[in-house]
Amino acid sequence: MSAETEPSVTVTDVELDAELTSTGLVASADEAEYALRIGDDSLILAQQLGWWISRAPELEEDLALGNIALDLLGHARNLLHFAGTALGKTEDELAYFRDEHEFRSAWLFEQPNGDFGHTIARGLLTSAFQFELYTQLAESSSPGLAGIAAKSVKEVAYHRDHAVQWTLRLAGGTDESRSRIERALINTWPYLDELFRDDELHERFDAAPRPSALREPVMNVLRQVLAEAELDEPKTSESSGDGRHGHHSTYLGPILAEMQVLARRHPDASW
Amino acid sequence: MTTVLTPASAWRIAAEVVDPEIPVLTIEDLGVLRDVRMQDESVVVTLTPTYSGCPAMDQMGDDVILALTAEGFADVRVDFSLTPTWTTEWMSESGRQKLEQYGIAPPGPKPASGPIPVQLGVKCPRCGSLRTRSVSQFGSTSCKAHYECLACLEPFDHFKFH
Ligand SMILES: [Zn+2]
Repeated sequence: MSAETEPSVTVTDVELDAELTSTGLVASADEAEYALRIGDDSLILAQQLGWWISRAPELEEDLALGNIALDLLGHARNLLHFAGTALGKTEDELAYFRDEHEFRSAWLFEQPNGDFGHTIARGLLTSAFQFELYTQLAESSSPGLAGIAAKSVKEVAYHRDHAVQWTLRLAGGTDESRSRIERALINTWPYLDELFRDDELHERFDAAPRPSALREPVMNVLRQVLAEAELDEPKTSESSGDGRHGHHSTYLGPILAEMQVLARRHPDASW
Repeated sequence: MTTVLTPASAWRIAAEVVDPEIPVLTIEDLGVLRDVRMQDESVVVTLTPTYSGCPAMDQMGDDVILALTAEGFADVRVDFSLTPTWTTEWMSESGRQKLEQYGIAPPGPKPASGPIPVQLGVKCPRCGSLRTRSVSQFGSTSCKAHYECLACLEPFDHFKFH
């Protein structure tokens, strides 16, 4: 690298995309709507996972769940920041000052932590979904979404590893651990369907993978994990959740109340 | 001595800023420092984040501004760019060596993909044994996994592939 001589010093083997620096890239209305959907998924899950810090069954899991939450919060910040460029709002305004019906997260992400097995089952489903989603979105014609997805998928790969390993461990552990992970999968499975439903946004916006196109790859991965764990695929009916249009379960309100109270009580507070 | 205010000298100054969480590594070793350019009278430094949620990024940006202004650059801006996506493959060879001497096993090659995880051999930075096991893929910071050595029985951190 010729840092000594060149008038402008750039790492030579890769070209920077100037548009994707923190200034300058502005989302379209559809890109913003899409970024809010998947950004809110990560934001709500990050908020929920934070509860486990100091409460997990072992210290390593305090760290693991805390780190996963931190990654997800980073993805949410990138996506909300990007959405905000279209909406004229900052990521904090979007996170703290929207009301429940303005959130676009799917119901799976607002399902309660429950016991550790429940958190793992939910994490298996969310990470399998996000892994396929970001893998495809990294090829998007939208440079903003593609850049965020290419970064996020590397981190979600570790989240999925974590959930898969624990699913196998709990399923292959004691009768108690096996029955808990079985029950947790039955409880969370109904919320998968919502993730794969196309709607009017996808009719006009082709820079993101169609949700319906994610169903096969996600279900294939989940079935592979269930087979390895010698667990049956839950036979459940589908939830009628419609978070993408702001219709949420009763779980979201309290999550938002806790997440937003400080910013709303003390606007512009900083530390 | 006065610093000559050129992009090359700005790069050299910025390149000495260290990762606050792993102070043996500079942001140049990490591959986080991507670009330094002059824009009229300002210096624009582009950094790329390691992990999306890494809380050290803001401090690295602030430290770059402090280091450059201390050397006489009056107007410094730091941009963060997500593309091209940072990878541990950008870590310099000297960075890897410093990391290992510091007691952290440096990042390896890209692990095999697939939903059922496979364990990779990571060399113990203390005794050099390959008989190690992953305790958790998540350690004290976003970028590190927690390992233990089955030969010398010591725990250690591994800077994991990204
Ligand atoms: Zn050892």
